[in-house]
Amino acid sequence: MTARIGVVTFPGSLDDRDTQRAIRLAGAEPVALWHKDKDLKQVDAVVLCGGFSYGDYLRAGAIARFSPVMESLIEQAKAGLPVLGICNGFQILTEAHLLPGAMLGNDHLHFICREQKLRVENADTAWTGDYTAGQEIRIPLKNMDGRYVADRYTLDKLEAEGRVAFRYLDGNPNGSLNDIAGITNEAGNVVGLMPHPEHAVEPLIGTGRTDGLPFFTSILKKLVTA
Amino acid sequence: MSRTPLDTVEHAAATPDVELPWAELGLKKDEYERIVEILGRRPTGAELAMYSVMWSEHCSYKSSKVHLRQFGEKAPESDALLVGIGENAGVVDVGQGYAVTFKVESHNHPSYVEPYQGAATGVGGIVRDIIAMGARPVAVVDPLRFGAADHPDTKRVLPGVVAGIGGYGNCLGLPNIGGEVVFDPCYQGNPLVNAGCVGVMRHEDIHLAKASGAGNKVILYGARTGGDGIGGASILASETFDDAKPSKRPAVQVGDPFQEKLLIECTLEAFAEKLVVGIQDLGAAGLSCATSELASNGSGGMRITLDDVPLRDSTLSPEEILMSESQERMCAVVEPDKVDRFLRICEKWDVIATVIGEVTDGDRLEIYWHGEKIVDVDPRTVAHEGPVYERPYARPDWQDALQADDAAKLPRPQSPEELREQVLKLVASPNQASKKWITQQYDHFVQGNTVLAMPEDSGMIRIDEATGLGVAIATDGNGRYTKLDPYTGAQLALAEAYRNVATTGAKPLAVSDCLNFGSPEDPAVMWQFAEAVRGLADGCRQLGTPVTGGNVSLYNQTGEAAIHPTPVVAVLGVIDDVARRTPVAFQEEGQLLYLLGDTREEFGGSAWSQVIHDHLGGLPPKVDLERERLLAEILISASRDGMIDSAHDLSDGGLIQAVVESALLGGKGARLIVPDGLDAFTFLLSESAGRAIVAVPRSEELRFTDMCNARGLPATRIGVVDGDTIEVQGQFQLTLEELREAHEGTIPALLA
Repeated sequence: MTARIGVVTFPGSLDDRDTQRAIRLAGAEPVALWHKDKDLKQVDAVVLCGGFSYGDYLRAGAIARFSPVMESLIEQAKAGLPVLGICNGFQILTEAHLLPGAMLGNDHLHFICREQKLRVENADTAWTGDYTAGQEIRIPLKNMDGRYVADRYTLDKLEAEGRVAFRYLDGNPNGSLNDIAGITNEAGNVVGLMPHPEHAVEPLIGTGRTDGLPFFTSILKKLVTA
Repeated sequence: MSRTPLDTVEHAAATPDVELPWAELGLKKDEYERIVEILGRRPTGAELAMYSVMWSEHCSYKSSKVHLRQFGEKAPESDALLVGIGENAGVVDVGQGYAVTFKVESHNHPSYVEPYQGAATGVGGIVRDIIAMGARPVAVVDPLRFGAADHPDTKRVLPGVVAGIGGYGNCLGLPNIGGEVVFDPCYQGNPLVNAGCVGVMRHEDIHLAKASGAGNKVILYGARTGGDGIGGASILASETFDDAKPSKRPAVQVGDPFQEKLLIECTLEAFAEKLVVGIQDLGAAGLSCATSELASNGSGGMRITLDDVPLRDSTLSPEEILMSESQERMCAVVEPDKVDRFLRICEKWDVIATVIGEVTDGDRLEIYWHGEKIVDVDPRTVAHEGPVYERPYARPDWQDALQADDAAKLPRPQSPEELREQVLKLVASPNQASKKWITQQYDHFVQGNTVLAMPEDSGMIRIDEATGLGVAIATDGNGRYTKLDPYTGAQLALAEAYRNVATTGAKPLAVSDCLNFGSPEDPAVMWQFAEAVRGLADGCRQLGTPVTGGNVSLYNQTGEAAIHPTPVVAVLGVIDDVARRTPVAFQEEGQLLYLLGDTREEFGGSAWSQVIHDHLGGLPPKVDLERERLLAEILISASRDGMIDSAHDLSDGGLIQAVVESALLGGKGARLIVPDGLDAFTFLLSESAGRAIVAVPRSEELRFTDMCNARGLPATRIGVVDGDTIEVQGQFQLTLEELREAHEGTIPALLA
C-alpha cells in the first residue's frame, strides 16, 4: 500500500510536474488536483507547489487562496490533512492563514536562484521525520518574494514552540526575519518553506544533490505507518 | 466628432488619387508603387498597414534575403533535419522518436528604449515560435551585449534587461540554461538582446503554420488586442535611432507572462487532442503577419471578420488592429467539428478564444470591418513576395589598415610579476568576470530536468527520464573577431558554439543564428553581413550542421556608428545519456590536465589586447574546422567512455581563463607547467581556436592519450589538479581566494 499525494495546479503553477516526479521517486502516488475543483480526490496529503499562481497579481498567493480547491483544503488541513507549501505554496498557506506571517519582496529587490544551505530545526513535522533536528541540507532556492515577516509576538511564539522548521545558513538570501526559511503549524501537519526540496531529488539534476527527497519519504512513511 | 469614411476596397478603387501616409509607415516610394501595381489600384488604409509591416526589414528580410539563401543552397546533407528554414523554427530529429525545435531571435531595439519590457517580450516572442511548432518549451538562453560596463547608461539598460528576462522567463517556468553577457562600447546605443528557446515534441506532433481546408475556422486566442506595439516591426526594428525624432516608447509592447503561461498550457492541450490543423503565433506585425502567413502557406484563401477580434481598447481603428503587436496571442486553424472542444480547452485555462474567420476556397485574403471589405489581397504578395534588395556592398577602405594594425606588436609582460598582474586584471575584467550576479536572477531548476546550466560550456536538459536522452545548447559570438574579419569571425562563432556543445559530451546536430549588424544601407555593413553569412554557410557545410532558421537584426547603429558585426550562433547537440555529461568544474585532486589542440601566437581581437591595451586590430585566430570536428569527436568519445571528469573549451581569455573558471567552480586549484616550445605568455593568453582542456583521472591517462595519438589530435600534459592555488611553475602563483574575489567581485560592484 502506498500513499496518494495530491499536487494542486493553479493557473501559473510551474513546479507541479516536478513535484509529482519527486512524489513518484519517493515511492508514493502523485494525484493531480485542479484549482477549480473542490474535490481533493480523497488524497492522503497535498503539496502546494511553486510558481506564480494567477501571475502573483495583487500579492503572491493572494488570489489562489480564494480558489475552490482551497475551500476544501483549508477545511481538511484544519482537521489534520498533511499539507506542504513550497515557495508560492508557502505564500498561499500564509494568505490562507493556515500558517502565520507573510512574505514580502526580497530585500535586494532581485529574483534570486541559487543553492541554499538550511538547517532543519524541527524534525517532528509530518514532512520532516526523515531528517534529524539540526541537520544541514542544501537545496535550490528561487524566488522574488521570499522575505518572511511576522510581528514580534508571532515570531516569539514560533521560536518558543519550535515551529521554525527551517533556517537559512551561510547568508540570509532575502532578509527573512530570524533567518526563517520555513515554518510549521502547531499540529505539525501544515509546513511551508521558500526553498525547493522537489528540485533536489536526483543526483544528476539541478545542483546534483538529493537533500530534498526526505520531505517526500517522510510523509510517505508517516502515512503508510499511520 | 467627425470621422473619415471607412476606406473600403470599393472606396479605394473609386478614389485613386487619395494620398496615403506610406512614408510615415516606413515604406519607400518604389515600394508603394509596387503595392499599387500588385493590387491594380491604390491600397486601402488597412491594406497599406499590412504591407507596410510585412514589407519592413524586420519581417521581410528584404536586405538580407539574397545572402541568406546560401544557408539552403550550401546546406549539408543531414538526416537530422525534419523541418528546415522558413517555418517558425527548425525541427531536428534527436532520436528515440523525439524532435527538438530551437531558434534565436533579437529584441535589440525595444530593449534599448524600454529595457524591462523589451527584453521580456523578446522571451515571450521566441517561446511562442516554439509552441507554434507543436513543442513544449523546455529551456531558454539569452545572449546579451551591452555598452561599456562602467558607462552610466549600462546601469539603466542591463539591470532592466536582466530583470525583464527573469521576470518573464521565470514566470513561464522555463529554465534559463545558457547565453552570454558581453560588454563593448560599440553596443552603447544598441544593446543586443537575443533570446533563444528550445522545445521538445514527439515526431508526430510537429505542427506547421498553414491554413488548409475550406470551411476550417480561424481562431484567435490569448490576450485581447490593444494599441501597444503598433508599428514595432516597421518603425523600431527597421530604422536607425536618431535623437531628433520623438520617443518611440509607445511602439514597445508590454508583456504578461502569466497570460503566456496559460497560452502554453492550453495550446499543448489542444495539440494533444489533435485539434489543430495549422497554427501561427502573433509576433511582429501581429494579425497582419498571422493571417497572411497562414493563408499563403495553405491551400486556400481566408476570410476574416475584424469586428470579432476581442479588443482592450474599443476605439482602435481596423488599421491599428491589424498592426497591433499586443503580446500573448496566437491564431489556430481548426476543423469546424473540433471548434467547440478547442474553445472548451481555452475556457478551462481562462484564455479568451474567438472564431474570427475561416479558410475559403479562393486564393484571396479578405478582411471585413462593419460588413464592408477593407482588405482584398493575394496573401503571398504580403507575406512572401515583398521587395528584395541587392544592396550594394563593398569591403570598407579601413579594413586593410585595421588588419595591418597587428596585435603582435603590442608590448607584452616583461616579468612573471607583470604576467601575474595582467592575468588577475583579465579574470576581473567585465567580459571575463563571473556573471553570477546576472544569471542567479534566472531560474535554472524549474521543470526538474536541468543537467547543466551556465557557467557550463553548454546548457543541457534531460528530455527522457527513462533513457536519459538529453539535448545541449550553446550560443557564441565575438564581434571583435568579426570586425577584424567577418568571414572568419562568423566561423569562429560557429566553431566555439560547436566546441562548447561537444565539450559537455553532446554531439552537435544543427545551427540557429541571430545576425546582428548595422545599417544595410551602408555598403561597408552590407559587406560585413555578406561575408559573415558566407562564412557561416561554408562552415556549417563543412561541419555537417545545417542552419535550421534564425533571425536578422539590422540597423543596429547610432548615427554613423554601427555596432561590431555580431553574428551569434547557437548550436544544438544531443547526448544519449545525460549521466555521461562532462562538467567544467575540476572534480578531484590529482587528476591530470591535458591541453588539446595547437597553441599559436594569436592575439588579434583577444581579451588581452582589449583589457591591457584597449586595442582592436590584426587578424582573428585561424579557423580549422576539420580540427574542430576531430576535437569534438575526441571530447564526445572521452565523455561517453568515462575517460575525462571535466572539460572546458578555450576561447576569449585563453587557457588561464578556462583554468581559473574550472578551479573556482570545483573549489580546487591547479599546478601548471609551460610546455616546451611555448612561452608562458602565449601559453596562458593566446586565443587559438580548436582547443580545450580536460582533466583525466590517472587510471585513464594511457587510454586517453592513446586515443588522441591514434586520431592525430595534439594532447599536451600541462599540469595537475591540486591545492588551493593556481601555480604556473617558474612564473607565479595565485590563491583561489584572491582569484575568486577578482573574478566574482567585478559585476556586482558595477551593477548591483
